[in-house]
Amino acid sequence: MTDGKPSAGEWLVGLIFIGLAVLVGYSLPHKSDMARFADNGDQPVAPAKAVQKAAPASGVEKGQPAAKTAFTPPDDSKIPDDDFGKMVKLGQAIFHDTQANAKEFVGNDLQCSNCHIDRGRLANSAPLWAAYVAYPAYRSKNDHVNTFQERLQGCFRYSMNGKAPPFNDKVLVALESYAYFLAQGLPTGDTKVAGRGYPALAKPANFDFQKGEQVYQAKCALCHGADGKGQKAADGSTVFPPLWGPRSFNWGAGMGSINNAAGFIKANMPLTQGNSLSDEDAWNVAAFLDSHERPQDPRFTGSAAGTRKKYHDSRMSLYGTKVGDTVLGEHSPPSSTVP
Amino acid sequence: MSILLAYPLTARAAGGRDIFLHGVGEAAACSACHGEAGEGQPDAGFPRIAGLDAAYIEEQLKSFVAGTRKDDTMTPIANALPEADRAAVANYVSGLNPPLAASEAKQDKDGIAKGAELATHGNWPKGLAGCGQCHGPGGIGVGTAFPKLAGQSAAYIEKQLNDWKTGNRTNDPLALMAGVAKRLDDDQIKAVAAYYASRNPDGTAAAEAKEPAQ
Repeated sequence: MTDGKPSAGEWLVGLIFIGLAVLVGYSLPHKSDMARFADNGDQPVAPAKAVQKAAPASGVEKGQPAAKTAFTPPDDSKIPDDDFGKMVKLGQAIFHDTQANAKEFVGNDLQCSNCHIDRGRLANSAPLWAAYVAYPAYRSKNDHVNTFQERLQGCFRYSMNGKAPPFNDKVLVALESYAYFLAQGLPTGDTKVAGRGYPALAKPANFDFQKGEQVYQAKCALCHGADGKGQKAADGSTVFPPLWGPRSFNWGAGMGSINNAAGFIKANMPLTQGNSLSDEDAWNVAAFLDSHERPQDPRFTGSAAGTRKKYHDSRMSLYGTKVGDTVLGEHSPPSSTVP
Repeated sequence: MSILLAYPLTARAAGGRDIFLHGVGEAAACSACHGEAGEGQPDAGFPRIAGLDAAYIEEQLKSFVAGTRKDDTMTPIANALPEADRAAVANYVSGLNPPLAASEAKQDKDGIAKGAELATHGNWPKGLAGCGQCHGPGGIGVGTAFPKLAGQSAAYIEKQLNDWKTGNRTNDPLALMAGVAKRLDDDQIKAVAAYYASRNPDGTAAAEAKEPAQ
């Protein structure tokens, strides 16, 4: 895990990586920054080795998978035809259509697979197999050792702006079973597997919101709408998720951290055209979308300033900062809006 | 405000019907190939245009004129259709909702099953999203840029995917369809085409819907 104090082993990996980074032209983000950003992150920052392996080689065709990953999860055909297999299939169904299959815990219009593409299978899209082998783990986000189920609860509380399913609720058992199934063959504790989380891009000195808006209108608005509210099909189902506003993820979610959003966007957006945006464009458009109001952080302390100090004290979060005429977080729509 | 807007729209829609059924000037009637109610002639590859989004239809007419879509039949008709009449025809066609046109084509059950999987979940190791991730569940269409595929002619879908592949059609926003089509092989193209042709326009399975009556 990178969100605790770095161990000697992690320093060693970091040092080796610096050497490699010089050779390949990538720079390693400062360790202290990584730890700080991870405070806000729903997703732990991708470890150095994964970054090095997952970073697109020059000349990668637009939209092609960035790089071969070290791990391929088992095919659906390997799901056993028994009670365990039924639970795996339920977990898979929840990933594909969270709105229909876990609706009692969902408070917005998102699906698991919006951020975990291909139902949690795709590398560099926070794949479920990489997360499964990394838990239990200490997380600075809540300052204790989290089991995998607790980690899943965080997704519902923040990214889905809903409420955490109780431990051993069928939804969590199904998701845990599905994650276990996908991770078969990957060693427990392999927190450095290529493709984990989202790629960590070299950090820019600053963000250009105006350029970010231009990228957004040119490349994102077609699907997510000029107003970021997403698009629904005629049957009322959300096809393109809202990126901000009351039906999107809340301020506690990992995607509210600009570094996570930038990594996801770089690797995966526009859908089927991953790695087509420059790093600069990915950063700026991530900063632009995370500069909009969204549901309140469920850990709200009573003031945006206080909540920023406690949970968002990083330049990767715009929560509690002034954007235009308003301070983000002062007039947020409610969190945990489960019907 | 709404009354003021409604008058001209109604007037345009009536003009649209007339053009659709009888043509205008040198532009032939749409119904001659697309059917009396826009249901298409699936086996001949004339697409179902009924119920498509009006802005999408208008955009296609513009594309035929601009040359970003090419078709021996449609290009001259789109050029002959007065620019001022495009919106009226598009609005009229958009409001049509006939039943699926009859097809003599034998249903390829294996192809439909394979197409359903690809349309729903894609093939991500090859960089392919599920068609439904943009075109909506069952291919019912989303907004102005992602047309309805449910109930569309298989021959037509195959031709479009191949046109994107070869560059004969280039009017897709962000070149999204070109990227997807180039990653599809011939079997996959046939499978997704068979799948969408097997759906009702509302996205439900056409074959399944008939079963209870048997």
